[in-house]
Amino acid sequence: MARTRPEPMQVVKQRRDAALNAIVDGVPYIRFLNIGFDRRGDELTGVLNFDEKLIGNPFLPALHGGVTAAFLEVTAVITLSWEFFFPRIESGELDAEDIFKDDTVRFPKTVDFTVDYLRSGLPRDAYARAFVSRSGRRYASVRVEAWQDNHARPYAQATGHFLMPQPPTAKE
Amino acid sequence: MVDNATIARQFIEAIPHAKALGMHLTKIDSGEAEITMPYSEQLVGDPRTGVIHGGAVFAVLDTCCGAAVMSHPAAPGGTATIDLRIDYMRAATPGQSITTRATCYHITRNVAFVRATAMDDDQDLPVATASGSFTVEGL
Repeated sequence: MARTRPEPMQVVKQRRDAALNAIVDGVPYIRFLNIGFDRRGDELTGVLNFDEKLIGNPFLPALHGGVTAAFLEVTAVITLSWEFFFPRIESGELDAEDIFKDDTVRFPKTVDFTVDYLRSGLPRDAYARAFVSRSGRRYASVRVEAWQDNHARPYAQATGHFLMPQPPTAKE
Repeated sequence: MVDNATIARQFIEAIPHAKALGMHLTKIDSGEAEITMPYSEQLVGDPRTGVIHGGAVFAVLDTCCGAAVMSHPAAPGGTATIDLRIDYMRAATPGQSITTRATCYHITRNVAFVRATAMDDDQDLPVATASGSFTVEGL
């Protein structure tokens, strides 16, 4: 009983990157803030590309607290969505291209989000990583941290609760 | 004499990100502030529904809370967010602007406590509510 040959690496990579891009590029606000995602296996890192319009205190200068919050929330939602959709995309149940075309495909919704500002955000790129603490059938709890020059010195962290997409049959 | 409210208004209007989101400070007085943000396609979080992303609502609420702190009679000048929590009650109606109102309800030498709401045209149920603590700093 020979093991089936694994798919060529390029095919796997191409499918996974297409899936991630489909989720990220479809959201105008993510493009507005110019947030990108780095994928290494199943691990995602959000990248906030610095721009003058992200400044909240022109005298320091520092990133706007709202930008930091939005960056953390985007990273949390994308990471949670990624973990939610990934098995479906891998199994072929869901085509990445259809995510924003299919009205029945729903995303996790933020219930609450609490941001802890640890240091002022410097006027340069920032990075963020989210950890799904728990993802149940209805609710998920996510922790997320952001850093700039030094990963050991985060400049903000957050926790949030999310309502998971419900199967269409459970709605009525 | 230039009062705190005028300083706060000038400060808010000089913020690049506030300009980028089209924020408009409509009211500011003794620890209370009101900021509106018009609907814009580039702030949309789900292209299928046209609903504004929660992160954009967070940004206005944060700015509005900061403005409320700076306008408080007991505030010496600057402020920075220590912590801010947002509860999202419902999706904002596409096409409608967001109006945020913040109240700095208590201030000490070091910390200011603030709560805020974000509304669209429906004045009965807020889109989101916020509560947080801010630093109290000299200018």
